[in-house]
Amino acid sequence: MKPLDPRLLRYARSTRGFIILTVVLGVFTAILIITQARLLSSVIVNVTADGMGWAEIAPAVLVLTGVFALRALLAWAAEVAAFRSSAKAKQELREATLAHVLELGPLGPAGSDPGEVATLITRGVDALDGYYARYLPQLVLAVIVPIAILVTMIGQDLLSTLIVAITIPLIPLFMVLIGLYTRSSVDRQWQTLAQLSGHFLDLIAGLPTLKIFGRSKAQAEAIRAIGDRYRSTTMGVLRVSFLSSLALELLATLSVALVAVSVGLRLAEQQMSYSVALFILILAPEAYLPLRLVGQHFHAAAEGLGAADRMFTLLETPAPIAGTRTDIPAGLALEVADLQIRYPERASDALAPTTFIAQPGTVTALVGRSGGGKTSLLAALMGFLAPTAGQVRLTNALAGGCEPINLAELDQAAWRARIGWVPQRAHLIGAGSDPTVTIAGAVRLGQSSASDEQIWSALTEAGVAAEIRELPGQLETPIHADFGGLSVGQLQRIALARALVRSPQFLFLDEPTAALDGMSEVAVVRAVQAAAQRGCVVIIVAHRPALILIADQIVRIGADGVKITLATASNGAPNTTAITGAGW
Amino acid sequence: MSPIKRLWQAMAAQRKELALAGLLGGLASLCAVALLGTAAWLIAQASEYPPVLTLTVAAVLVRTFALGRAFLRYAERLVGHDAAFRGLTELRVRVYERLERLAPVGLGRFTKGDLLNRLVLDVDAALDLPLRIVLPWAQATFVSVVTVAFLAWLLPGVGLLLGVVVVLALIVAPLIIGRTTRRAERLLAPRKAELASVVVTALHGCADLSANGRIIDTTTRAHAIDDSVTELSRRESFALGIGGGTATVLQGLAVCATLVIAIPAVVSGRIEPVWLAVVALLPLALIDVLATLPGSALAFQRLKGSADRIAGVMDSPDPVVDPVNPARLGTQPSDISLSDLSASWSTVQVLSGISFDLVAGRRLAVVGPSGSGKSTLAACLMGFLSYQGSARLGDIEIRDVGGDDLREHISVLSQQAHIFDTTIAENIRLGREIEEQAIWLALEQAQLADWVRGLPKKLQTQVGTFGMSISGGEAQRLALARFLVQPRPIVVLDEPTEHLDSETAQDLERTMFDALAGFTTIVITHRLSSLHLADNVIVLRNGRVHERGTVTELTAGGGWFAEQLASEQEDLAVHALISQLPIGRGAPAPHQPLVGW
Repeated sequence: MKPLDPRLLRYARSTRGFIILTVVLGVFTAILIITQARLLSSVIVNVTADGMGWAEIAPAVLVLTGVFALRALLAWAAEVAAFRSSAKAKQELREATLAHVLELGPLGPAGSDPGEVATLITRGVDALDGYYARYLPQLVLAVIVPIAILVTMIGQDLLSTLIVAITIPLIPLFMVLIGLYTRSSVDRQWQTLAQLSGHFLDLIAGLPTLKIFGRSKAQAEAIRAIGDRYRSTTMGVLRVSFLSSLALELLATLSVALVAVSVGLRLAEQQMSYSVALFILILAPEAYLPLRLVGQHFHAAAEGLGAADRMFTLLETPAPIAGTRTDIPAGLALEVADLQIRYPERASDALAPTTFIAQPGTVTALVGRSGGGKTSLLAALMGFLAPTAGQVRLTNALAGGCEPINLAELDQAAWRARIGWVPQRAHLIGAGSDPTVTIAGAVRLGQSSASDEQIWSALTEAGVAAEIRELPGQLETPIHADFGGLSVGQLQRIALARALVRSPQFLFLDEPTAALDGMSEVAVVRAVQAAAQRGCVVIIVAHRPALILIADQIVRIGADGVKITLATASNGAPNTTAITGAGW
Repeated sequence: MSPIKRLWQAMAAQRKELALAGLLGGLASLCAVALLGTAAWLIAQASEYPPVLTLTVAAVLVRTFALGRAFLRYAERLVGHDAAFRGLTELRVRVYERLERLAPVGLGRFTKGDLLNRLVLDVDAALDLPLRIVLPWAQATFVSVVTVAFLAWLLPGVGLLLGVVVVLALIVAPLIIGRTTRRAERLLAPRKAELASVVVTALHGCADLSANGRIIDTTTRAHAIDDSVTELSRRESFALGIGGGTATVLQGLAVCATLVIAIPAVVSGRIEPVWLAVVALLPLALIDVLATLPGSALAFQRLKGSADRIAGVMDSPDPVVDPVNPARLGTQPSDISLSDLSASWSTVQVLSGISFDLVAGRRLAVVGPSGSGKSTLAACLMGFLSYQGSARLGDIEIRDVGGDDLREHISVLSQQAHIFDTTIAENIRLGREIEEQAIWLALEQAQLADWVRGLPKKLQTQVGTFGMSISGGEAQRLALARFLVQPRPIVVLDEPTEHLDSETAQDLERTMFDALAGFTTIVITHRLSSLHLADNVIVLRNGRVHERGTVTELTAGGGWFAEQLASEQEDLAVHALISQLPIGRGAPAPHQPLVGW
């Protein structure tokens, strides 16, 4: 672990100011520590050796009180500064990560593991508090305070200075050496720990199965046995890795003891003064204290930096390169030429080479068994992923028109502005990702400036307007309600309305009727036909006969391949299958 | 009893070991204090220029305390960690045993989202309780008591004063810090929750936001909320910062007040001057030792959430209660008869008025749209959910039978067969004593033997999360083999072909029906094409029996069943037509009516 990750300075700019402030506060703290030792020792010496009375010494005690108060104030200020910059840095990281992950699109981390990314952005980043508030300031103090103390001690007693000067650098050295020696075993240890938690999770997830086979009770013993085995291997590792803190403590305490005994004996032989001896005795432990505290906060810091590191990995995932062209003439056909998609590290194509032209005013149905690549093809058309080979082009339907435009040349936002898109299971959300959204809000995701009339007309075209008119809330009905909410079929048609309200030039639908009953299916079929009649290029992934049979062209996508899932979650009320699905 | 206390009771089985760790740690801390005290005495004594020999004992003690502190601390860490790990295992076992009683129905609310994952992390977090909370606090108390007692003996006023400071450090400061942290968290929680809900919604809706060009709206809104989170945290930082200054304030208080009391005592001759250094420096060392306590106060705050969630699991009510005097089921296969059975999930009635009779050895199909209560029926038969009305095996009521005994007679093959993170052999054995030969036989019957033989490590192949990934079809066959090595006379097939593509599903169905010939079988499905092998069919809709009869009767009946069957056949016809099209190229659509449609 690097004590200070340079990427933290890059992504969380507020860190820079914080480090400067910490250094300044550290210098003042060091000065106060030395002053405090000086005052304390002279008070004691003045009373015991010089026989001063309370009245004479009282001012010095008062000043000493002031020094303590000032130190406390500085410590408080440092902590406040730490919390403040930590709050700012966390915001910077959260926002950068969220924006970048969304930029990477539904086939990026947002799609593959939304739960993990969400946890990282929300809770994970909080672990940085420990790093900012404890570790970083201590690290700065661990550099400044020993140096300041050594400089002060040189003028007082050379031998003690030498003892401290030799031992202090040994502490980080030993820590690094022992750290290097134990790192592999500690890493292994963390793996075992992860496996142990994994085993526990595996058993809990498999509990229904175990219970069905009457094996669930017996597993308690297995958990105990594995826990014991883990404990004994862990203790083996800890015996070694705790050595680093042993070395640290030993060095720190033994050197303080050596300094104390040496000044004590020299004092007895009248080789040094009482006040210097006491001053050094009070000062010496202070030189080691910040180093010890750094070690104590190491764990909290590692956790925070680990979370930051995972964020940096996300932030450094390159976004797909997009074109800049924004003008897209009307009346273009969509040409798919030998388009092939293969995901990294997969042996087979997600989409085997596919070729077709979808003319404006026609309906193209993509058919074939699941896993054949239909959804991948749509994702490529949407610009969510870059094809492995082949091209998607926009060509002029009338011969002799403009040059074909390659999809890769287009500005993604300008391209998507022309598309109406209905995924298999649409996520009906508001533009600000507000989870509570009304029907109107959900449709306005497609077109923010849409008037109520435009929304009603899109809903009418999608064949769901009549049902919404019967709801008490009409357009203001919330999309998600725990019980008695909208049906899956209604939600699917609202998603279609969301696409239609954009007056799209291209309409891409992924199994739009999968969850619909006969009546709603007819409505969707009509809407699709109407869009085509207006000159839309319509491409539908279709399973059901009703949609396949209205197509002008059918493309069979058939290769075996990997199935992808876009980042969508089911809408609507939880039903009982969701509850039972949990169990088995 | 508070959740934290319960957590401690579950973890503190190793009382002797923990006490030893506390003692070792206390002595280590005591060494730290004694080191500075003795050193101060040594120097104060030396300032009177005595013969060096009189200082030898003190010099030796100083070095001994230095060594003692380091080695005692090392020993404490080892003993403490060992005890903590033992406690953790104990806690894990207890949580597991509780979950075992809840599974599968009572687990429902824990399996949503990452709650289960979180529970596992919560259990791991309990390690902090002994290591970062109880042991440090116990040690701090120990060393404080000894130091205060020593100073009280030396100079009662100083002892009393330090006692007050110690109480502040041990109890008041952690309380205040805990309270401010809690306050800040309470203030921040709603804003953070709002932010989290935006983040989660945005990530799940990433495709929808991108497709509609609305990412910017979301990031703008997240920014606005985040600004308020940061603003609130910054305001709270003034209160949270007191943690940083507390130790220094207490140190200053202890040292300065000690001087105020001790200096007049020296001047008036009540104590020898040589003790002044000791009296002044001991508080310095003591408060250094106590400085870790705010950290354990924070750890305590963090652990509270975990402890509450664990307590939530431990307090969940049992979904079914085993009878006190369970009836024993006979060894002979028995008929199943349900009459007027109804069941509900929490408060939602899911099944009502279900009646049917199934003669041993026959096959009944339960069909219906999703959400019609089919899986609930299976849960009742397996003894996982309580029901009203009657469900009997032979003449014995299912609710009167002990769960384990019941499941010796009836088993289920479900949608998601859990594949454990271990070898194929162990996945089939599940810890039962089963010969390898029997495993191979079951694999043959499940038609998975050839596939396993083709693997380099055969039965010893690791599967599951960390092992080889296997397809849904193979997983279901593995689950079938798991059943076949120790079969039960009655088996419920709860949509085992769900989530599989139709070819794989058909192959698997064939294998299952072959292997399960002669068993009393209840087939739960929403696909009707495989039902010709069922003796009887009941159609469930909205939790009630909608239609019943043989496949032939229902097909002729014109109800939901007939409609659904026609639609499935239409699908098949269209797909047969499609299968003749070229792959990967556009083809004109066949604008012709389909045969038989």
